[in-house]
Amino acid sequence: MTQPLAGLSSTLRILGVLILTAGCGSAGHGSGDHNAGHEPAPPGMTAAPDHAGHADHADHADHADHAGHEMHGLGATAGPGFTVDDVRFMQMMIGHHAQALTMARMAPTHGAGRDLLTLAHRIDISQRDEIGLMQDWLRERGQPVPDEEQMHTMEMPGMVTPEQFAQLDAARGSEFDRLFLTFMIEHHVGALQMVDDLFANPVAAQDSDIFRFATDVAADQLDEIGVMERMLERLDPSSRSNSR
Amino acid sequence: MTEHLRSSSDPVFTDSAPASLHPVRSTVRRTLAVALSAGVLAVLSPLSAEAQTQNTPSLDDPRVGLAAGPGDTAEEAALHMRLVSLSPKPPEFDSAQGLTYINSDLAFRGNYVYQGNFSGFMIWDVSNPESPTLVNTTVCATDQGDPSIYGDLLFISAESRRSRNDCGIQGVEDVADRMLGVRIFDVSNPASPRLVKNVQTCRGSHTHTLVPHPTDAGILYIYVGGSSGVRSEDEMPGCSSGTVDENPETAQFRVDIIRVPLANPEQSEVIGYGRIFEGLAPRGSRGGPSGCHDLTAYPELNLVAGACGSYGILLDASDPERPVRLDAQADDNFSLWHTAVFSNDGRSLVFTDEWGGGTSPRCRATDPMELGGNTILRIDNGRLTQHAYFKLPAAQTETENCVSHNGGLIPVPGRDIMVQGWYQGGVNVFDFTDPDNPFEMAYHDRGPVDAETLVVGGSWGAYWYNGYIYSSELSRGFDVLELEPSEFLSENELAAAKLVVMEEYNPQSQPKLVWPAAFPVVRSYLDQLVRNQGLPAARTSAISEALRSAEAASGAARRDALNRLAGELDADAGRATDADRVRAMAAAVRDLANASQ
Repeated sequence: MTQPLAGLSSTLRILGVLILTAGCGSAGHGSGDHNAGHEPAPPGMTAAPDHAGHADHADHADHADHAGHEMHGLGATAGPGFTVDDVRFMQMMIGHHAQALTMARMAPTHGAGRDLLTLAHRIDISQRDEIGLMQDWLRERGQPVPDEEQMHTMEMPGMVTPEQFAQLDAARGSEFDRLFLTFMIEHHVGALQMVDDLFANPVAAQDSDIFRFATDVAADQLDEIGVMERMLERLDPSSRSNSR
Repeated sequence: MTEHLRSSSDPVFTDSAPASLHPVRSTVRRTLAVALSAGVLAVLSPLSAEAQTQNTPSLDDPRVGLAAGPGDTAEEAALHMRLVSLSPKPPEFDSAQGLTYINSDLAFRGNYVYQGNFSGFMIWDVSNPESPTLVNTTVCATDQGDPSIYGDLLFISAESRRSRNDCGIQGVEDVADRMLGVRIFDVSNPASPRLVKNVQTCRGSHTHTLVPHPTDAGILYIYVGGSSGVRSEDEMPGCSSGTVDENPETAQFRVDIIRVPLANPEQSEVIGYGRIFEGLAPRGSRGGPSGCHDLTAYPELNLVAGACGSYGILLDASDPERPVRLDAQADDNFSLWHTAVFSNDGRSLVFTDEWGGGTSPRCRATDPMELGGNTILRIDNGRLTQHAYFKLPAAQTETENCVSHNGGLIPVPGRDIMVQGWYQGGVNVFDFTDPDNPFEMAYHDRGPVDAETLVVGGSWGAYWYNGYIYSSELSRGFDVLELEPSEFLSENELAAAKLVVMEEYNPQSQPKLVWPAAFPVVRSYLDQLVRNQGLPAARTSAISEALRSAEAASGAARRDALNRLAGELDADAGRATDADRVRAMAAAVRDLANASQ
């Protein structure tokens, strides 16, 4: 499940870089617009997109802009039983998960509390394995797998900004816990939005594996948001009166 | 170890050592006082076996290092359990195409076992467990095809976006063709099931649970489990999402309820829903439980246990159309409360945690025992208290998807024993009579399906049904196993379990187990009192002799001997360290006396 990325051929890495387009635009575009997923599918997507193998990138770019995030520039094509949106979802969720791992692995060195250590450890194991699952899914379908550099430069909803990262890295103890939970909740909300965006395409996610995976990600992270909100409340009981 | 964890520039793909974990909660250790005051039958464990004290799955176990292979080619390990037969999948489902054709859960009626598959279902005739015969294979895309049987009606959960009204497997181009919800088949002729109704729901059905009407035998309710996304208004009018605060009609944060008029199943429909999560997440929260992965009904007690995301929930379903939450338990170690099993007395609940969703390896030597296993809750006046964890104790490999999954009770009188599937961790049997000291009794395991890559497989669920254990193997097919007597299970206990005959069994709609009047039932209690020294040895020997003598007699002589013994047992109970078990035995002896007229 978790083959090292180093196993990827260098040609694929180069190919990935070549395909990288100017799609990565304004940083932080995704934050603050997370409820878009509750809206009906964008008009451009109500017509059934390609399901038989002719990728329609323009159409997708349209959709991506509407949904509040950018194309990441990796190549993606449809194939038997899966759509371009399915491929893009898997590629982008790898980047999204990678950032969660980076955050989770800060917990032991930043004086995180016991509860947060448990949570961070679970996120570490879960999302690392899920990255392996997504990589396998893409490879089995002959789709580009984002390399380390690409996954750290993608733009997705809920991503923590470099400024926020610096803030988190400077924090210790309960201040670290508070920032971690605050940022991770937004990060998870972003993942929910990515699943919503995928499902907004009525013919996407029909492949059993991606359907199961996307549904599990949404269910897990929705619950984990509840868990983190409880933890945040324990940390700072007065937060209950704050409006969210 | 810390070194590794801190390095954020590390490739994310290598294994890291586990961080120090949240220790087992103190509730788990606080115990005997609570158990004693509860005054229940199972105060003392009928065995003094060691509870789990390990922090991670053990590498020192016969299940470690088994050779890989598909079908029946993998190496096997078993303890106190025998593989009776493995029936391969029919050709229609014989494909290694990811999850598309994996097998799912089981339901039982008469000599038939109904086995779900992500692309349909199978009906097996198990009159001869050595060689089950396939009566029907129905191809019908669903994901995940959770089955339940009620009389002649077979209910199948459909959740996948490829699921079609017409059961086709070609996928959906036009959303008008999509079917998410519960399918109802008439299986009065098991060789030729007939689709009678597709009940559509806003979020489809991952699982479902039968809840019979408490008084009207003509009505059946179905609680729909699942946390999938909400369909668009275009696809199904009336479906919308969001938090309850912002959208009171939201299809999230609720459990849908279907009403089935049994005489006219084609009129089945969603009649409402239960908002059973109110107050569990902070006000204004965007998260928290939005549905139950699974619910387990115990109709005898009008209780339903919901495994709902980050909570285990207990419901009073006296009015099945308006379930009321009695209590909810959270645990930061549990990532996905998955399924529940009640003890037969309704005082304990085993909850499973499907950490990783079932497709990930979660039983490796580095995966903590508190994550991805079971926890046992006690129910006292509708309140839940958490006790011990229990997880498959043997380490599995990186290429074996493994986590706690489905199971059910083994009907041994006087004890709480469960058989469970752990995906590629295999099948095991454990005792949870003492909720603080669960222990493993038996197992069967195979090596990975594939040694190099994770090919999803293993036991979806394992259930005792009329003397055998049936296990649905995701990739290999349909297993039948047989439990053997051991130091953990006497011949009498096994014989007593085999006396319980069910006409119908849906593991998520738990029947109350009742034992007939029989000597093995009485002797089960006696064996347990010998094991746990609940009575002095001189007494257990004398009781054993009295039973032998009564069994040799017949008619009135047997009846009189048994009634005399029952009277002695009443007196014994006053002096016994396990009085409740002695009283249970006295009651079983009286049943036997009454049956000897």
